[in-house]
Amino acid sequence: MQIYLPIAEMSVNIFLLIGLGGLVGILSGMFGVGGGFLMTPLLFFIGIPPAVAVATEANQIVASSFSGVLAHVKKKTVDFKMGTVLLLGGLLGAAVGVQVFKYLKEIGQVDLLITLSYVVFLGMIGSLMFIESLGAIRRSKKKAPPKKIKRHNWIHGLPFKMRFRTSNLYISAIPPFIVGALVGVLAAIMGVGGGFIMVPAMIYVLGMPTKVVIGTSLFQIIFVTAFTTMMHATQNYTVDAVLALLLLIGGVVGAQIGTRIGVKMKAEQLRILLAIMVLGVCLKLGLDLVLTPSELFSIGLGGH
Amino acid sequence: MRIIFLIIGLFAATIASAQETIVSELSQDGVSITATFDGSEIFLFGAIKRDAPINLSAGKLDVIIEVSGPPTETLVRQKERKVIIWVNAESVEMERAPSYYSIAATGPIEELLTEAERSLRNLGLDYAVRVADPANEAYREAVIRIHQDNGTYATEVTPVTLTEETLFTTKLAMPVNVVEGDYTVKTMLVRDQQVISTSTSTITVRKTGAEKWLYDLAHEQAFIYGLLSLAVALLAGWTASEIFRRIRG
Repeated sequence: MQIYLPIAEMSVNIFLLIGLGGLVGILSGMFGVGGGFLMTPLLFFIGIPPAVAVATEANQIVASSFSGVLAHVKKKTVDFKMGTVLLLGGLLGAAVGVQVFKYLKEIGQVDLLITLSYVVFLGMIGSLMFIESLGAIRRSKKKAPPKKIKRHNWIHGLPFKMRFRTSNLYISAIPPFIVGALVGVLAAIMGVGGGFIMVPAMIYVLGMPTKVVIGTSLFQIIFVTAFTTMMHATQNYTVDAVLALLLLIGGVVGAQIGTRIGVKMKAEQLRILLAIMVLGVCLKLGLDLVLTPSELFSIGLGGH
Repeated sequence: MRIIFLIIGLFAATIASAQETIVSELSQDGVSITATFDGSEIFLFGAIKRDAPINLSAGKLDVIIEVSGPPTETLVRQKERKVIIWVNAESVEMERAPSYYSIAATGPIEELLTEAERSLRNLGLDYAVRVADPANEAYREAVIRIHQDNGTYATEVTPVTLTEETLFTTKLAMPVNVVEGDYTVKTMLVRDQQVISTSTSTITVRKTGAEKWLYDLAHEQAFIYGLLSLAVALLAGWTASEIFRRIRG
C-alpha cells in the first residue's frame, strides 16, 4: 500500500516505512541508542530528500526520547540542573546549525554537508566503539580490572563553577555548555539526538556518574530536537508529519522488542555488532561521495 | 499553367482545412493528490468535425496530443570531483523546462510534422526543453534524462487510435510524482505535415483532503504546523511508554 507524503512530495510504501521504523527501533532497543544516526541515512537510501529526512527525524526523536525520559524521571535519574546547562548550549548550537543548513540548502550543498557529517561522525564513533569493545572482550578474558576514570582534570581550572547535586559535581558551567552546543549543531545538521556523542562526553569529560547520564541526556535531547523541529518547520518547511508518525509507529514497537533481545545478549558482543553496523553505513555513504556518481547532474533543490 | 494548378490546389487545401476542426474532451479535468495517490490515468477522446463529407483525395489525417506540466525548478547543477569527493559545482538556469511532458500521436512526430513546424510550436523534447546558451547542451540533456528516469518525461510516444479519420482516443498516464499546477493538453490535427486545427484544455493537479491541509499548514502556518508535529510526537511517546508500562506491570 502506497502513501503520499505531503512534504517530501513522494509516494512510499507504508509497510516499508513502518518496517524501517521497526528495524531501527529494535536496534535502538538492543543497543540503548537513539537510532537517529541509523534512521536518517536509511531514509536517504530509500530516496527521501536529505533535508526532509533530517528535519523529520528530529521530530521523531522528540517522541522516542520523551517516551524514554518518563521512566528516568520516576527513578530520579535526571540531573535537571546539568540538563538545563546542556540544553542552553544545545539551543544555541541548534540555532546556528539550522542557519548553516538553510544557507547551504540555498547554494545546493546541503546534501554534501549532511553526508560528510555522517561519514566523519559514524566513522569516528564506529571505530572507537569497535576498538573499545575488542579491548573489553580481551579484558574480560584476562579478568583485568577496567581502568579508573580520572576525576580531576583541566576542567576544574575553569571559571563559572556550579554545584550539580544530582551528579555530585562541582564544576564550571562552560564544558557542559560547549558539549550541549556541539550536540545541538549535530541535531540540526544530521537529524540525530546526539546521545552517541553526549553520553561519552558526559562520562569521560564532565565526569558524571553513569546512572544519571542517560536520563539527563534524554532530557536535553527532547528540548533540543523539539527546538530543531520548530526551526526546520518554520525556516526550511521540511518536517513531514506523516513520515514521522509512520516511523514512530514502527519505532516504539521495535524498541520494546529490541530491549528484550538486548537482555539476552552479552554487552561486548552487542557493541561490536553495533560498531560493525555503524561502520557499514559510514562506508556506504563514504563510497557514494568518492565513487563517480551515475548521474552527475541534479535539478536544483529549492534554490529560490 | 503550373501556377494556376498550384493556386487551385492551395485554394482547395484551404477549404479542406477550414472544413475540418478538432474537438476533444477529457474523462476528467482534475487530478487529486490524496494520501493514497498512486498516479492517475486520464482518457482523452475526440472527433474531427466536418461541414462536408470526408475528402478522400486529401492527405492522411493525423492527431498529436501534447501534455505539458507547469514549469518549476529550472536550476541544474553539475557535480565535479574536488580532491577526492564529488560536490555540486557549476549550475545553469534552464530557459524552459516543463515539470512534466508527454506526447501522444498516431505516429512518430518527426514524420508527422516538419522541423520548422515543431520548432514553431515547441513540440517534442528537442524544442520543449531549452537552454539559452547552446554551450550548455549537456545540462539540457541532463534535465531530459533525469525527468525520463523519474517518469515525468515520457520516453515514448503514446499511441492514439484514429478511427475512420473521425474519432480518436488515447490514455494519458499521470505519474505518481507529478507536481501541482495546471497541465496544458494541446490536441492538434495534422495533414500534409501541417497543423490544421488545434484545441486546448487543462488538467488541474491539486493536493486535496488531508494532504492539502497539511501542505498548506506547513507552508502558510509553519509555526502552528511545527507545534502540531511536536504535539503528535509527545502524545505518541507518552502513549508508547504508558502502554508498555502496563504490559510489563
